[in-house]
Amino acid sequence: MNTVISMVSSALILATPLIIAALGGLFSERSGVVNIALEGIMQVGAFTAATTLVILQGMSVPGAVWISIILASISGTLFSAIHAYAAIHLRADHTISGTALNVLAGGLTIYLSEIIFHAKSTTAYIFAFKRISIPILKDIPIIGPMFFANTYPTTYLAVILVVITWFVVFKTPFGLRLRSCGEYPQASASMGINVVKMRWIGVLASGALSGLAGAALVLTTNTFFYSGTVHGLGFVAIATLIFGKWNPWGVLLSGFFFGFSQTLGQYSTSISFLKGLPSEFFALLPYVITILAIVFFSKKQVGPKAAGEIYDSGKR
Amino acid sequence: MKKHSALKISLIAVVCGILLGFIVVAITGRSPYHMFVALLRSMTGFNLMKPQQGVNVTFILNWFLEAMPIILTGLSVGFAYRTGLFNIGAEGQLMMGSLAAAIVALSVDLPTIPHLILCVLAAMLAGALWALVPGILKAYRNVNEVVICIMMNYTGMYFANLITRTFLEIDVNTNARTVAFPASATFSKVFPSIPSSFNWGFVVVAICVILYWFLIEKTTFGFGLRATGFNKESARFAGMKVEKNIVMSMGIAGAFAGAAGAIIVMGIFKYGRIFTMFDNYGFDGISVALVGAATAPGIVLSGFLFGLLKAANTNLQMFNIPKEISDLMQATIIYLVAIQYGIILLLDRWEKRKKKKEVLPVEGGASE
Repeated sequence: MNTVISMVSSALILATPLIIAALGGLFSERSGVVNIALEGIMQVGAFTAATTLVILQGMSVPGAVWISIILASISGTLFSAIHAYAAIHLRADHTISGTALNVLAGGLTIYLSEIIFHAKSTTAYIFAFKRISIPILKDIPIIGPMFFANTYPTTYLAVILVVITWFVVFKTPFGLRLRSCGEYPQASASMGINVVKMRWIGVLASGALSGLAGAALVLTTNTFFYSGTVHGLGFVAIATLIFGKWNPWGVLLSGFFFGFSQTLGQYSTSISFLKGLPSEFFALLPYVITILAIVFFSKKQVGPKAAGEIYDSGKR
Repeated sequence: MKKHSALKISLIAVVCGILLGFIVVAITGRSPYHMFVALLRSMTGFNLMKPQQGVNVTFILNWFLEAMPIILTGLSVGFAYRTGLFNIGAEGQLMMGSLAAAIVALSVDLPTIPHLILCVLAAMLAGALWALVPGILKAYRNVNEVVICIMMNYTGMYFANLITRTFLEIDVNTNARTVAFPASATFSKVFPSIPSSFNWGFVVVAICVILYWFLIEKTTFGFGLRATGFNKESARFAGMKVEKNIVMSMGIAGAFAGAAGAIIVMGIFKYGRIFTMFDNYGFDGISVALVGAATAPGIVLSGFLFGLLKAANTNLQMFNIPKEISDLMQATIIYLVAIQYGIILLLDRWEKRKKKKEVLPVEGGASE
């Protein structure tokens, strides 16, 4: 039982950045812009957060962790604007522009690390987020230690963001407009919706959230930023979005699922029936499951219909 | 809107990308002159700081060595691109190629030439099989190939490691690679006296380039692929088997990436690898194919260009310029090719203005 409890709580830590970045992808894809640059934006966010924290801790500024996470979100937003401009105004193929951003992020973050810290990584910070326990709730048997004890505040932030995203995208007129731009932008335009503006909001929101996700990742699972910090989690976030059927609650569940499957690898030696399996098996599990899920969903259209299409207002 | 040649767009992108690299180097307090020295040295071995040493062939061969695998992944991405597919999965196909080459190298006993050929063919087959998954799903289930390719990259990396660790003989000293390949399964150096690993793997690259050019430009099959990429529905209307074309195109693209995997393990490492992260040859292939406009000569040229950026890494480090500057330049170049619509608009506006200036004196007389 104790193994299960500690597995769930470490799965939550791994799931947090996945969920936040996938919510970012949700905003972007729902508005009709495919954003495979989640990976790159997360790197930029993680780098900004780590750098800010190192510098602010050097000056012993109070609340440095939260300032870092906010700056990470802002830097992610700015970085995603490069993608938005290309994809929305210059008819760039969304995938190619996203690829350019991923390459750029990988180079830029390490280049700047070399300039600022004279190393291939940032200097280590002393402490980042502290694990917290919620009083009363943590004393509930089983559920308490799983979800409410020794958890990072970012995990709760992720859950709050899921609720906010659900409300904004599915319960407000703005959300309806945003989604319509991802389904049939020409029809949206004929109803007086500003498709260009909506898509800008979608992509910038994805930048803000992915930047935040990068910060949440580096500040909970590491003590410095290096080239392997994000190691493909941005692409797992895309898988999370697809497996969650472009829906915030689905993202929450699939994010937890992918987090849990990563944990399986770490704990496989202490669980009797998983002992014989090599760790690579668990590493490739999320990707294989995503492929199977996509094939399974492919019978009917689940994702936004116009996502990835270049918007041409004159097209019928 | 006037049509501009792909060459013009690519040249503009490359020049702007490199220029930006110099600017970033200058802004961050490093010397652009040193960067120029490093690039020139990587290209020719000629060191402007020590001109008396003259040209050094080792550097030229190392540059060619860097270009070899990314020309192959460029062919891979380019081949799919001509059929309207985006093969972002060359990375995974390459790792499967490396795996297949390692299996054949370590478990088959043959004389050199047949062993080499068998290894490369096995690698091409493995890459093709890996690429068939997104190809078949795209053709028959209309699943976006980009997402499947990305997932196949990671699946490929862990799957290759799993097979290597389970079935191949692991080197006991490092525990992070297989035992060395027998000499019959490695590409030997072309110039044994020169300290560069430049090897006979280049023959594989040359054959693949010719094959690509021939298939795309000179066969009915290639015409069908290009027609499918140009307009799927009219190709279907003209009686072409669009689904089959998509599957074949991905398969052949995967074979090129698989060959890249073979020449890397057989020419450079000479043992089976256990991967910890991507080498990014697949992503380099995207840049190479896009800048080369997915034509055989274009891919070769841009392969040499990006190969130079990779080869310059050590020389850049010597001058305290972080080698990541080459990623920055590469990203800028891809981005500029992606926004070529914007570049064309700018060019048009510029040409119009030029024309107006030429016309004005006639219309408005001397008053202008």
